[in-house]
Amino acid sequence: MALLQISEPGMSAAPHQHKLAVGIDLGTTNSLVATVRSGMSTVLQDDHGHALLPSVVRYAPDGSVIVGHEAQAQQSVDPTNTIVSVKRFMGRSINDITDRAHIPYKFVSANEDQAAKVLQIETRAGRKSPVEISAEILKSLKTRAEKSLGGELVGAVITVPAYFDDAQRQATKDAARLAGLNVLRLLNEPTAAAVAYGLDNAAEGNFVIYDLGGGTFDVSILHLSKGVFEVLATNGDSALGGDDFDHRIYCWVLDKVREVTANFAPLTEGDTRLLLTKARQAKEWLTENFEAQVLCRLSNGMLVDVTLSADQFVEITQHLVTKTMSPTRKAMRDANLTIEDITGVVMVGGATRMPHVRHAVEEYFKQEPLTNLDPDKVVALGAAIQANVLAGNKNDEDLLLLDVTPLSLGLETMGGLVEKVIHRNSTLPIARAQEFTTYKDGQTAMSIHVVQGERELVSDCRSLAQFVLRGIPPMAAGAARIRVTFTVDADGLLSVSAREQSTGVEARIEVKPSYGLTEDEITTMLKASFSSAEDDKKARMLAEARVSAGAIVSSVTAALAADGNLISEGEQNAIKTEVERLQTIAAKDDATAINQAVDALNHATEAFAAARMNASVSHALSGKAINSLEM
Amino acid sequence: MSNAQNDYFQLFALPEQFNIDTKLLEANFRKIQSASHPDRFVSAGATEKLASMQLATLSNEAYSTLKNAARRAKYLLEKHGIDAVADTNTALPMDFLMQQMEWRELLEDAKAAKDIPAMDKLLSQLRAEAKALESELSELFDDKKDYAAATEVTRKLIFIDKVCSDIQQAIEYLD
Repeated sequence: MALLQISEPGMSAAPHQHKLAVGIDLGTTNSLVATVRSGMSTVLQDDHGHALLPSVVRYAPDGSVIVGHEAQAQQSVDPTNTIVSVKRFMGRSINDITDRAHIPYKFVSANEDQAAKVLQIETRAGRKSPVEISAEILKSLKTRAEKSLGGELVGAVITVPAYFDDAQRQATKDAARLAGLNVLRLLNEPTAAAVAYGLDNAAEGNFVIYDLGGGTFDVSILHLSKGVFEVLATNGDSALGGDDFDHRIYCWVLDKVREVTANFAPLTEGDTRLLLTKARQAKEWLTENFEAQVLCRLSNGMLVDVTLSADQFVEITQHLVTKTMSPTRKAMRDANLTIEDITGVVMVGGATRMPHVRHAVEEYFKQEPLTNLDPDKVVALGAAIQANVLAGNKNDEDLLLLDVTPLSLGLETMGGLVEKVIHRNSTLPIARAQEFTTYKDGQTAMSIHVVQGERELVSDCRSLAQFVLRGIPPMAAGAARIRVTFTVDADGLLSVSAREQSTGVEARIEVKPSYGLTEDEITTMLKASFSSAEDDKKARMLAEARVSAGAIVSSVTAALAADGNLISEGEQNAIKTEVERLQTIAAKDDATAINQAVDALNHATEAFAAARMNASVSHALSGKAINSLEM
Repeated sequence: MSNAQNDYFQLFALPEQFNIDTKLLEANFRKIQSASHPDRFVSAGATEKLASMQLATLSNEAYSTLKNAARRAKYLLEKHGIDAVADTNTALPMDFLMQQMEWRELLEDAKAAKDIPAMDKLLSQLRAEAKALESELSELFDDKKDYAAATEVTRKLIFIDKVCSDIQQAIEYLD
C-alpha cells in the first residue's frame, strides 16, 4: 500500500489541496463514515439518506456480497450466510466464543496446529475470517465516501474500543488494509467521542466517557485542556454491549413460551435470528414506552405473542448495567480522581439510550450525563476531525490526543507467572526494556512468551506471541544479559525485540504479534482484488519504489535547505551523496536496488532527523513557531 | 539524541531538584508532545517518523518519572550515583519496618474480610504518610543536600508506593 501512504508535500501535484480523509466508526451493530467539510464534521449518508450502515454482511447465492440494510433484512431467511456483529469475533480464537449455542454460524478453526486458533466462519462463499468480513463493511463505507466526496481517499482514521487488546487492534488494521484503506491511525472510540464533544463545547476539565456500544463497553477518563485530550485511564469489557440486553429478552421470551407450550420444538437458526431481531426491537421500544409486545411466527407455524414491561426489562438486565460499574470504578481509581473531580459525563453508543443505564450512571457520578450529541454518531464525528488533522488539512497545533494502553503487557517467567513490562494506562507511544538471564549453564536459546492482561498467572492472560531467541553465546547460568524491549506505537500496537548484550555477539529477533492474517495472506488477497491490468507485480513494485524514492529525495532536500545548519558540512555532504546516488538508481528499472538506496538514505539522515526533532522541541519550549518542521 | 535531552529535568526545562513546579512540568510536557507526537508526522518519511517516535517515547517516560514523587526521588539519587533500590541498600529503621508490617497485616485482614472500605481507609492513611515523606525529601534534597538521608526516606516512599499498589490490586480483584 506504499502508493497511498506517500503524501509528502513537494511530491503531490498540489500540496495545499484539501486531502480527502475520513473517520470510520466500525461498530458491532452499525458502522458510519464521516468527514470534515467546510470546517464541519459531518456523517456521510448513502443514496437512501441512511447515515448508519448496519454491520451485516451477506454472502448471497449469486456470489455477490451484500452489506447493510439489505443484508440485515435477509438475516432470518439466510442466517448462516448473513453475518451480524462480526466485531465480536475480531482477533478471537474459537475457544474465546463461549456462547456458541446461541450464534447461528458454523465456526471453524483456521489453523488447527497453532496455539492461536484463529476462527473462521463457514459460508456458501467459503471460509471467511472476521477480518475479511469486516473488510466488506469497510469497503462499502469507502465506496460511499469516495462517491460522496468525488475522489480517492488519502486515508482513514478507524476507531476501536479502547479496551481492545493487541490482537483485536491488529485484526482491525488488517481489515482496513484489505479494504484498500490507508490507515492514518487507529483511534480509541471514547477518545474520538471526547474530541467531537470537547471541541463542540470548548470543554475544560476532567470528563468521563461512558461508551456502551452494541458489543463492547468502554469507559475512559480524560483531562481536557486547551485542545489537549489526555487520557488518564481507561477500562472496559470487550464482550459486553447492547447485544447482551437483546439476548436477555430473547431468553426471557423463550422461558415465557415454554411455560405455556409443553412440547416446544427446537428452534431453527432462522428462528433464533428472528427472535433476536424482535428482542432488539422490543428493547428499543422500551426506551420511550412502558411495555413492548414481541409478536412473530416461527418456522413451524407456532405463534409467539408475549408482552414485556419496562419494569420486567430492568429486572432481567439490571445485572448487565451493574457489570459496567466495576470497570468505571477501576478507571476512576487508576485516574486517582474522586466523583467531585469530574466536570462532565458523556454518554456514547446506542445502548446508552436505555433509561436504566442513564440512571445508573447519573446515580454513581451524582450528575446528569451529557447527551447533547447523537450517541450513535459522536465517535465517527470525532474520528473525522482527527483524520482531517492527520491528513494535514488543518495545521491545528491546538488539537493533540494523548492516549494510553488499556491493558498491561508482560512476559511469562518461571512458574507460569507474568512479569509486567508495560503497565496499563501508560501514555503512548511507549518503549520499555527489561533484562532477563539464563538459568542453565551453556543455555543458547531462550523462549519468550508475550502476554496481555492484569492477572498474575499466564493462563489468565491473553497470549499474544511466542518466539525463541537463539544464538546466545554459551556461558554460565545467570551470566547472559537478555534485554527484551516492548514498544507500543501510537496505534496501540505492540512490537517486541530481544537481544543478548553481554557479549559482542548479537542475537536479535523482532516480533509483531499477529492474530489476524499473516503478511503473505494479506498480500495474496490484495493481489487477487486488483484488476488484471494492474496485476503486473513487477511494474507495480517499480512504480511504488520510484514514488517513495521521489518522496524521500524531495523531503530530504527541503529539510537540508531549511535546517542544514543543524549538522556539520561533512554530514550534509554525506547526505547529499546518498541523495544523488538514489536519484541515479531511481532512473534505472531495478525496484530492489531503489528500495535499498531509499533505506540507505533513510539511515544516513537519522542523526539529522533527530537533530531537527530536538530543535523543534527547543522551539516549542521557548514559544517560537516551529517553521523548520513545515516542509 | 543529545545528552542534554536525555536528562529528564533539562528536557522539561526544570531545575534539577526534588521540589518541582508540577504545573510547568505538565505545560512543558504538552508542548514537547505537541512538537514531537507521531500524529504530527503521519505523512513524513521513515526517518522523521522514527525520530518523532523516539522523542515522544522519551518524553512520556521522563514525564511519568518526574510526576511521581518516589520515582523522581529515585531518579535524582541516580544522578548522584546512588541506587536507592540496590540490594546493598537495605537499611531501614526498625520502627518503620514495624509500621510496614502493621500495614501489611491490616491489608491481609481486610482482604480476608473482603472489606473494601477498610482498604480505602488504609490507602488514604498511606497517602498522607507519603505526603509527609515528600516534604521531608524536599528539605533533604533541595536545602540540606543530604543524599544519604534522602536515600533512606526515598526507600520508605518506595515501600509505601508498593503497599499502595498492592492495596489497589486487592481492591480491584474484589470489585
